[in-house]
Amino acid sequence: MRHLLSTKDLTRDEAVRILDLAEDMAAVQTREVKKLPALRGRTVVNLFFEDSTRTRISFEAAAKRLSADVINFAAKGSSVSKGESLKDTAQTLAAMGADGVVIRHSASGAPQVLAQSDWIDAGVVNAGDGTHEHPTQALLDAFTMRRRLHGAASRGKALDGVKVVIVGDILHSRVARSNLWLLRTLGAEVTFVAPATLVPVGVGSWPVEVEFDLDAALARIRPDVLMMLRIQSERMNAAFFPSAREYAREWGLDDERLVALGPDSMVMHPGPMNRGLEISAGAADSPQSTVLEQVANGVSIRMAVLYLLLSGEREALS
Amino acid sequence: MARIVLQQADITRALTRISHEILESNRGAADLVVLGIPTRGSILADRIARQIAEIESGVDPAALVGSLDITMYRDDLAHHPVRTPAPTQVPRGGIDGKTVVLVDDVLYSGRTIRAALDALGDIGRPRAVRLAALIDRGHRELPIRADFVGKNLPTSREERINVRLSEIDGVEEVSIEG
Amino acid sequence: MSANTHLLKGATLPDGTVADILLEAGRIVSTEPRTAAPAGAVVVDAAGLVALPGLVDLHTHLREPGFEQSETVLTGTRAAAAGGFTAVFAMANTLPVADTAGVVEQVQALGRDAGYATVRPIGAVTVGLAGERLSEIGAMAHSRAAVRVFSDDGKCVHDSLLMRRALEYVKTFDGVIAQHAQDPRLTENAQMNEGALSSELGLKGWPAVAEESIIARDVLLAEHVGARLHICHLSTAGSVDVVRWAKARGIAVTAEATPHHLLLTEELVRSYDARYKVNPPLRRDEDVLALREGVADGTIDIIATDHAPHPRESKECEWDAASFGMVGLESALPVVQTALVDTGLVGWADVARLLSQKPAEIGRLNDHSHAFEPGSPANVVLVDPASSSVFGLDRLHGRSGNTPYEGVTLSGSVRWTFHEGFATLRDGELAPVGEAAVR
Repeated sequence: MRHLLSTKDLTRDEAVRILDLAEDMAAVQTREVKKLPALRGRTVVNLFFEDSTRTRISFEAAAKRLSADVINFAAKGSSVSKGESLKDTAQTLAAMGADGVVIRHSASGAPQVLAQSDWIDAGVVNAGDGTHEHPTQALLDAFTMRRRLHGAASRGKALDGVKVVIVGDILHSRVARSNLWLLRTLGAEVTFVAPATLVPVGVGSWPVEVEFDLDAALARIRPDVLMMLRIQSERMNAAFFPSAREYAREWGLDDERLVALGPDSMVMHPGPMNRGLEISAGAADSPQSTVLEQVANGVSIRMAVLYLLLSGEREALS
Repeated sequence: MARIVLQQADITRALTRISHEILESNRGAADLVVLGIPTRGSILADRIARQIAEIESGVDPAALVGSLDITMYRDDLAHHPVRTPAPTQVPRGGIDGKTVVLVDDVLYSGRTIRAALDALGDIGRPRAVRLAALIDRGHRELPIRADFVGKNLPTSREERINVRLSEIDGVEEVSIEG
Repeated sequence: MSANTHLLKGATLPDGTVADILLEAGRIVSTEPRTAAPAGAVVVDAAGLVALPGLVDLHTHLREPGFEQSETVLTGTRAAAAGGFTAVFAMANTLPVADTAGVVEQVQALGRDAGYATVRPIGAVTVGLAGERLSEIGAMAHSRAAVRVFSDDGKCVHDSLLMRRALEYVKTFDGVIAQHAQDPRLTENAQMNEGALSSELGLKGWPAVAEESIIARDVLLAEHVGARLHICHLSTAGSVDVVRWAKARGIAVTAEATPHHLLLTEELVRSYDARYKVNPPLRRDEDVLALREGVADGTIDIIATDHAPHPRESKECEWDAASFGMVGLESALPVVQTALVDTGLVGWADVARLLSQKPAEIGRLNDHSHAFEPGSPANVVLVDPASSSVFGLDRLHGRSGNTPYEGVTLSGSVRWTFHEGFATLRDGELAPVGEAAVR
């Protein structure tokens, strides 16, 4: 693996390998000395064109626990502010000797453009690009599901037959896209639930079922996993739905729906949560909620990814 | 052409002797931990732990043996394709204050053992660390020596030592090639 | 001047007949077989080459004035000559915008001085392309540039009342509105064709309906006010259906398609390589096939390049930040041959109509295109249809390299171009700048 740009590129074996490796990394997180020397002397740049403190510190912790040197670079994208171009930024990082670039960008495809370019010869990790993908989030979600379902016996397992329902702003969600491709590769069954205005055009050709009615979907599917996506207020202003109250009533996970869901289903959220909008406080803090596990597992998954991309000798450019 | 230097009976004899020597130097199995270095070191460590349990009554081999992955501690990671690590498993009692015997199949440059000592330091603080190797082929590049050796095998650097164990290779032998 | 006497021996005319074409004093003197060349004539061995009337591009961005780092009238017309074009209509989205007689006269003069092709400026429909009030269409029509085509290309004249007025007003001057059909609200920040692929790639969709609804409105407006209407760069199957319906109803609408919409599909966007970013966007396979059918059955009247040069930094960046557009003058004829002629959909007589006679007629470019009658203007291009080669940046002669065809194998190559009898392209080599300027 030279870059991680999309979960669509991962084979089942590769995905399971990353999850297994994350188990090793998770084991290290329980030790007194939480550090490994595997990336000693390597430089990882967190290149963030879009603010995301959570994702950045997760990658930063992962890189540091592998003993890499970490440079945080908060850049302004050329599309937004006419700041420095992606090309100039990349060439600057190359001159600094970056071995790996973790990039977050508001433009879909920016990580791929960087990886394909001859501006920099570093491993590229997509840390979220526009409304395209967020592969490490999907990997940590799959890891969290696998651990909840199989515990210490997780190694080597996929997610065959696991029923996952993803609810919310599918249209703008890179988390939903990355999760769909990865969950399908791992054998899970996925259903999207959203108002029709937030369902992407052409989703009929994707390997996913689509429902508009959350209660009907929960009753019919009885999901093992219910994943609630964050609703951004600007969507409301753009009239994708009339009001926060109506959204919460129709598509929010409230206490009543939590009861209907049952105690054996897990409730996931990529964070940060809008309590009272897409998820009630009761649901967020319930035993079914995996929200904090997701955060902890994020570091393990990102350690696994950085290790796989950066520890070995650099593969020759193809 | 491969030349067989140890056969099944030789390997068994060597491990039995090493087991006895470990017990003798440790004055019994108390506070003893045997950690194998994957892959074949772990198999040998299992066998040594079982031998020790046979010799010393009342010893549970599972409480004695573990596996120490050193992948992340290697000094040559950047010179090879990515290596997939194996899990590290430490017996329930941990390694703090214990005598840890590291077990590997072949002792060569000493770099693997250097990595193992680093890895060990990150998971605890043993009272003492000993080293057991089935084969010592010489050519050390670091100041490291084995405490328990199955067989000293003078080799040239061009030669290859192949240790095959029945658990994963189907056959049981040590051969020399090249 | 004897250097401007050429005998094109053994050329194949669009109708398939073989002719010896004698060009003298800017005119086609004869196409009869002849055994000897007149004294002083340059003899071109045109055996196996197809002769077409000089190509006319109704949709070119020459970028001058204002964006000379991308293209100038000189570099753009050199690219045109290399592609077999003898006339180009220069779009109005320059800086300043071509919305006054002064700007259009300047552009036309720059073209005349360069000497590689006839440059006919297109005037802006609205002041500054702002879509708010009509520009001085009459002044441009009556200027030395004699503007007949008006367009806000790059932007759509989206206000229905303003579009109605524009259609009505240009009738006064026998002009035509060339509409860039794009509903602005449905395409805010749009990046590529809307569909399953845009959803997968996370790029904001440019839905087909945003084009089709404007075309539907405009053909009905044109019918209502009895005006001529031209639709730029049709890109969807639905647009072809709407135009077909309008023509069956007798509405005076003409339509164009670009070479790239006749060959390339949205699948190329998977690379996020901004060379494939264009407006309207590359569409689906079905759309490409529908456009080809529309060309074959006459629904689509002309092929125009939408040659849109951009500097490197506008394409070497993330997709969202990149500019829309592709250069297309040099690749147009090879793409047309590859997509339409080699596939048996059209013959060379159709190519002459689609790329020369009909665009000249729509643009009221008189005495330029022809059907090889003696006395016709000596605007002629010779094409080698048997050649096939991998397209490369070395084939481009403009200032920008944003072609989507690098590495693509295309049929045919333009060997000679004659503009009013002057050889602007000579067996693949452009005439020197000094020679073209003083002719």
